[in-house]
Amino acid sequence: MSPPPAVDLGVRPDGPIPNPFAHGLRRSVGRWAGPGLAVTYLSLLVVLPLAALVSKAFTSGFGAFWQAVSQPEAVAALKLTLIASLIVATFNALAGLVIAWVLVRDDFRGKQAVNAMIDLPFALPTVVAGLTLLSLYGPDSIFHLNVADTKIGIVVALAFVTLPFSVRSVQPVLAELDREVEEAASSLGATSSVVLRRVILPGIAPAMLAGAGLAFARAVGEFGSVVLISGNLPFKTEVASSWIYSLSQSDQLSAAAAVSVVLVVVALLVLVAIGLLRRRFDIGESV
Amino acid sequence: MSSPWKWPLRILALGYLAGLVALPVGSIFFRAFQHGFGAAWDAVTTPDALHALWLTFVVVLIAVPLNTVFGVGMSLILARHRFPGAWLLDAFVDLPLAVSPVVVGIALVLVYGRSGWFGDWLAGHGIAVIFSLPGIVMASATVSLPYVVREVLPVLQEIGTDQEQAATTLGAKPFAIFRRITLPSIRRSLAYGVTLTTARVLGEFGAVVVVSGAIAGRTQTLTLFIQDGIENLNVVGAYAGAVILALIALGVLAILGRDTTSEGRKRRWRSPSDPSPSSSETPLLSTT
Repeated sequence: MSPPPAVDLGVRPDGPIPNPFAHGLRRSVGRWAGPGLAVTYLSLLVVLPLAALVSKAFTSGFGAFWQAVSQPEAVAALKLTLIASLIVATFNALAGLVIAWVLVRDDFRGKQAVNAMIDLPFALPTVVAGLTLLSLYGPDSIFHLNVADTKIGIVVALAFVTLPFSVRSVQPVLAELDREVEEAASSLGATSSVVLRRVILPGIAPAMLAGAGLAFARAVGEFGSVVLISGNLPFKTEVASSWIYSLSQSDQLSAAAAVSVVLVVVALLVLVAIGLLRRRFDIGESV
Repeated sequence: MSSPWKWPLRILALGYLAGLVALPVGSIFFRAFQHGFGAAWDAVTTPDALHALWLTFVVVLIAVPLNTVFGVGMSLILARHRFPGAWLLDAFVDLPLAVSPVVVGIALVLVYGRSGWFGDWLAGHGIAVIFSLPGIVMASATVSLPYVVREVLPVLQEIGTDQEQAATTLGAKPFAIFRRITLPSIRRSLAYGVTLTTARVLGEFGAVVVVSGAIAGRTQTLTLFIQDGIENLNVVGAYAGAVILALIALGVLAILGRDTTSEGRKRRWRSPSDPSPSSSETPLLSTT
């Protein structure tokens, strides 16, 4: 057996792996080839396109940007998107709590299947999601519930795609909640609504809020599931993504970029807020 | 808390799930086979439908391996090296999850399109990206970029470098270390990452519709074929195509469901648009 090459055996548990051959030009080229390729790939797909987007949005100055995002159809689309996303995030936070509660505290046949079903909106392509809703709640609904081309249709589509966030953010926290505290509260005479308000909700509120934030961020950018059911009627059921899409189809790329930048900023703000929330309440590991 | 509320809550929860998920998804199977299996089969074997299936398959075949190699490489870089700007790299990897797919498409057009940054150069060399296969591949690769990293990176951070260092001191070459030590320990998470990537590439719509031009028989993927079917009265074709994708989605769920460890599930539950699935550190904010 050949002796091991001379190598720096300094204990660096978190440092880079010592590379015994890391000298000489060829080795240093080899060493940087991997990171170089990875960064190039990332640049071609993410960094450059983002830079181009921001640059295009402001290419004719801030005035042009402002004009693009303040024109009536853009304002209507952004307003609709934000309001619908807020409604959906709030509603699904409550629905998600009820569903998570039933999945954690209740027991019934087929619970595993129901649990698996929660992830279906995440696995299903968005267009297929839109089609499933159109199929049941569209013009030939067997329930005679036609929400196609309405704002309710948009809310239903957004509720569908954001369901996993709302349930999965609360579920693990609920499962880890100490039930002895609830029992202690009950034995001391607290009614069930007091236990819910004073014991359970404070424990899961940060997780619920984080889930609602994720749902909101997802809903703001949603396109595929909404596009079939909303009908994309200007000023009525046209969400921001649809408006951006129609701008791109008519070659108004500067305006499309401007509205896109607004969406990106909103999404990033929400995600940063969630990050702060996680830190503040130390729920990073469990939510 | 339990007994008086048990049934109302159960009915509320299951009713909501049935109305929002189970019944709608079930109904597309009904619609697809409403006029018999033959009609559905005919609708997905027309030349345009077959081309859409083929194109989707080709895109998966290119984009998924690219993202797999990138994902493993980027995870190794982020897990094993401390360098300034690492947090920024991490944030850029996650960015596609936070951005609307339509915006991803627009951003790619602004770089690779006719009037984009590289438009003249690409045209001069006779390379078509937008409205062509490379554009569809790039859009699909961009939106599915984070999944492998998000699955593999936490595992790499967890296993540490003890075994790799031991192998190095024993004289193993870097590639041998990767193949014999690193790869076996990330195999499982890598499989999930690749599954999620594949699912996303198969189902991507918003980014692809912007960059592809959606020309039937040329740049129409399966999701675009479905949308086109609904808007241009090929309803059976649309539902039949949707059934194909829904079945694949159910298969994906079955694969992911096999990961019963709570850590894996937690990670995955949060993966679609969460910038910080693996730790309390938020990449967008972390300062390391």
